[in-house]
Amino acid sequence: MNARRWLVLLVLGTLPAWGQEGGFAGLGSDVQGFALPDPARDLVFPRDHGAHEDFRIEWWYLTASLRGADGRDYGAQWTLFRSALSPEKTGTGWSVPQVWMAHAAVTTPESHHVAERFARGGIGQAGVTSEPFAAWIDDWSMRAPEGGDGLDRLTIDARGGDFAYALQAEAEGPLVLHGQGGYSVKGPGGQASHYYSQPFYRVSGRLSLPEGAVEVTGHAWLDREWSSQPLDRSQSGWDWFAFHLDNGRKLMAARVRGAEPFLFGSLIDPDGRVRVLDGDDIALRPGQGTPPMSWTVELPGEGLALAVEAVNPASRMTTSVPYWEGPVRVTGSVTGRGYLEMTGYPLD
Amino acid sequence: MTGRARLVLAALMSHWRRRPLQLAMLLAGIMLATALWSGVQAVNAEARASYAEAADRLGTGTLDRLEPAPGAVLTTADFVALRRAGWIVSPLVEGRLRAGEGRVALLGIEPATRVALGPAEGGAVAEGDLLAFITPPGLGFADAEVIRELEGADLGGLTVAPREGLPPDTLVVDVGIAQRLLNLGERLTALVVAPEQPPGLAPLEQVAPHLLRKAPQDRADPEALTGSFHLNLTAFALLSFIVGLFITQSAVGLAFEQRRQVVRTLRALGVPLAEVLGVMAAELAILALVAGLAGILLGWAVAAALMPGVAATLSGLYGAEVSGALALRPVWVLSGLGMALAGAGLAGARGLLRTARMPLLAAGQARPWAVAAARGLRRQVLGAGALALALPLCLAWGGLVGGFAALACGLLAAALLLPVVLDAGLRWLAGRVRGVLAQWFVADTRQQSGGLSLALMALMLALAANIGVGTMVGSFRSTFLGWLDQRLVAELYVNARTEPEARAIRDWLAPQVDAILPIWSAEVPLRGQPGRVFGVVDHPTYRDHWPILRARPGAWNEVARGTGVLVNEQLFRRAGLSLGDSLDLPGGALPVVGVYSDYGNPSPQAIIGQDLFDARFPEAPRLNQAVRVDPDRAAALAEALRDRFDLPGSAVTDQAQVKAVSLRIFERTFSVTAALNVLTLGVAGIALLTGLLTLASMRLPQLAPVWAAGLTRRRLARLELARTLALAAATALYAVPVGLGLAWMLLAVINVEAFGWRLPMQISPELIARLGVAALATALAAGALPALRLARITPSQLLRVFADER
Repeated sequence: MNARRWLVLLVLGTLPAWGQEGGFAGLGSDVQGFALPDPARDLVFPRDHGAHEDFRIEWWYLTASLRGADGRDYGAQWTLFRSALSPEKTGTGWSVPQVWMAHAAVTTPESHHVAERFARGGIGQAGVTSEPFAAWIDDWSMRAPEGGDGLDRLTIDARGGDFAYALQAEAEGPLVLHGQGGYSVKGPGGQASHYYSQPFYRVSGRLSLPEGAVEVTGHAWLDREWSSQPLDRSQSGWDWFAFHLDNGRKLMAARVRGAEPFLFGSLIDPDGRVRVLDGDDIALRPGQGTPPMSWTVELPGEGLALAVEAVNPASRMTTSVPYWEGPVRVTGSVTGRGYLEMTGYPLD
Repeated sequence: MTGRARLVLAALMSHWRRRPLQLAMLLAGIMLATALWSGVQAVNAEARASYAEAADRLGTGTLDRLEPAPGAVLTTADFVALRRAGWIVSPLVEGRLRAGEGRVALLGIEPATRVALGPAEGGAVAEGDLLAFITPPGLGFADAEVIRELEGADLGGLTVAPREGLPPDTLVVDVGIAQRLLNLGERLTALVVAPEQPPGLAPLEQVAPHLLRKAPQDRADPEALTGSFHLNLTAFALLSFIVGLFITQSAVGLAFEQRRQVVRTLRALGVPLAEVLGVMAAELAILALVAGLAGILLGWAVAAALMPGVAATLSGLYGAEVSGALALRPVWVLSGLGMALAGAGLAGARGLLRTARMPLLAAGQARPWAVAAARGLRRQVLGAGALALALPLCLAWGGLVGGFAALACGLLAAALLLPVVLDAGLRWLAGRVRGVLAQWFVADTRQQSGGLSLALMALMLALAANIGVGTMVGSFRSTFLGWLDQRLVAELYVNARTEPEARAIRDWLAPQVDAILPIWSAEVPLRGQPGRVFGVVDHPTYRDHWPILRARPGAWNEVARGTGVLVNEQLFRRAGLSLGDSLDLPGGALPVVGVYSDYGNPSPQAIIGQDLFDARFPEAPRLNQAVRVDPDRAAALAEALRDRFDLPGSAVTDQAQVKAVSLRIFERTFSVTAALNVLTLGVAGIALLTGLLTLASMRLPQLAPVWAAGLTRRRLARLELARTLALAAATALYAVPVGLGLAWMLLAVINVEAFGWRLPMQISPELIARLGVAALATALAAGALPALRLARITPSQLLRVFADER
């Protein structure tokens, strides 16, 4: 193992290597001293847009399915992870036991550009505030403009070695709570997280790529999730789908792979009404390949049968913990666009 | 393999069953030779791999740094502001911690942002340690030596864990912990800057106008310097391997001779010659592979034992960072096996050739190959003569390869001449000794020396190599330390960051010290090579101490007047200058009035008077100075300087400390050399033992009559041992001039060719005496077993000599 990899593991002290005990990215580790998700807890906004430092891990995860002025499909990702090394809230400055990691990516049909950042908590290099909402690390940020209300409007910026983007997002629908009022069960053992989304963003903006700048428009989906032990130890990774269907509905479906695959999801009407889905409602079938680049997603009860195809199969996140994340095209009983995330597969 | 071939192999192999000792010797020879070769190769391969990583390693030495301008401070907030502006930087805190008597360097790093800048000093931090690393009282990493120094020091509860591969004399902690330990508040020492930044960033002057961006300091290319060390190790390994080959050669040659009868029988039974030869070659290859593999394992052990010493030497001496740990690298495993096979093949070629030429029906006489060697004296003289003639040609050819070729010619010629010289000496002695026993002793010694000649040559080469390399290392050590003494005369060396800061430092120091000597320089091409010109003031510091090798009378006066230039040895030798030659400099040529030694610097350099320097190079940065002060006050003043001007630890160099570190490093180098000494002598001892055991069986016909004439077995055994010792002593005596010649070649030829400087040779009588004793001890150890066997031989065995038909 080279020194770089060592350092990364040090930084993410909680993220052991693939295939080891503890599930994907160590999310199956023990949670001593950390707060646990509580089904009785009501999410309160804008407070819960901010960080929950007494939970072990948390993320602000935005994916945008875009179409360029040139008629081509694009994708953009902006993700900020918070990881607490300790539940203690003592310490200031450098000694605050919080570590931040961020991933940004732009996907085109031919290329996939990735950047990764790390920061320590306590010094202001990275952080999240809820009023007004702002999440940032270095010069990357996702924030509400002056006078913005909660997450309704956001500007999103990130920059890597060979790409940059600036997007404006405006929500056309309400926040969506997954599971039981935002308490989302992730495994047969009852592991859970607090999980809500804003899936109704209309996005416009500009991607700067090596071949030039592209004006883009499209949809975006923001996931907010925090927990201390979302995965069972036997669970090795997950496949997560988020679709913007052309009939105005949104669909989130996910499968946590383990001894028993565990499925959950939300089918969201244009007005924000949610139908909570479980293993009886969802059928996921992977196509060829590892990870699979095509899927069928079926909700027999809804008469939905969707074929899912990656816009660019080479959408590997070459980050310290690698995974696959990229835009997809949806065809079948209804068409649409969306994002696919696949973790815990052996990636070369 | 056909059934017949298997039978042939079994028949040939039965020889080893009857002579297990001979087999053991053969295997030991190949194994030891391979072990030494692959051990040294492993050390070299590991060190080279470490350099490759070091070149890629973005340590403090290779990254640009942002430091506060004089009067400004750099804080955590500046770091955050730069990051928020998109700049990929990572903070550093550098300082020094009191630890008992001395101090250690404290390095504070920030692991999260350091990741993007590549491997760093904290790279040795293991996963799961981050919480302890960043939260007070903290977790630090240091090597075992620093941990010893830190014992009992008040570190505010900091846990220090041992870690290899960190910078020497450094304790690595988190940046926040470092700020606490040094009471820095929010202050940082520097920010390291990633070489590649995202496009479109706001310029640094705008984001952080109070910070200065500095390129890493010029460092001598460690590759060039460490090359010397590796070259010497490789030469040593090659010599050891040759010594090992001598053993193999004698064992293999003997085995071929003794198996003539078997071969004859096999061929008479109808086995084709080609098949016999093929099986013999296969047998040799199998033995070589087995012994070679064992040798590689042994070499691994040797290398693992040597590695920490080598790592310390290289990092301290040349600043090259080498990990003390050893990795299995296919390069040296393959090279070891290759050498074992090639060596065995070389040793067996003669035997195979003879077997091929052997007439089928010739009687299987015992024509021991060893005795036959004695008849080759004349040929050896011719060979030695030819090699001796080639030596000056190689020297004239020049270059590093020429130097090594000359070295090889000289050593081989000396080795070939050894039996000739011994024979001549014994012949001379034979005419002078009185008494029957003494005459028999000399005559018998002369007869035996032929058979032992290969072993003695091996012993001679081992001794010569030890004397040569030992003398070279010793010369290097005393010269280098002496040069440090001369060169680092001033008690403190202070490097300022800016000219105003340098002026402020000089003004502050002036009333407190004896003298402040500017060390200002300009980059200038010297005889077509990028070089550097320094200005010096006229001061006893230079006049009395500067390491002048050669100079015209009054050279310093000429330099002070601006009418002469001093050049370093590298420039002098490479450009083929003589005193009085003129050297082109910007603003006009000056005559060369002297040469000084300048070890460790690969580039040409020249020194002119300060006034002339000021006139010719008005643009040169005036940043560095030497400070003369009472040595007892130096350490305190250095500390005060760092505090007063907020200088990084590396900006003020304390001369005493530099010397202490250098000395410690040389002691470690010595331990590496000493280990190699023991190993090569061990190989030579085994060569001697093989030779003696071989001869023991053949010599019974010569000893039996002496025993019959009335000498007791015990007395005979004592005489045998005395003979071995006498031969070893003579060999050791002979090895002294050869070894000194080798040292001279290494110091005056190889070093000059490789690095441009020549080291004065310093002969160490103690080293020679110690090796002489070692040679005798080796001979005693090798001779003990055969002598003991002789003392215990049964009379019937001796009697059988008279009965047996030979």
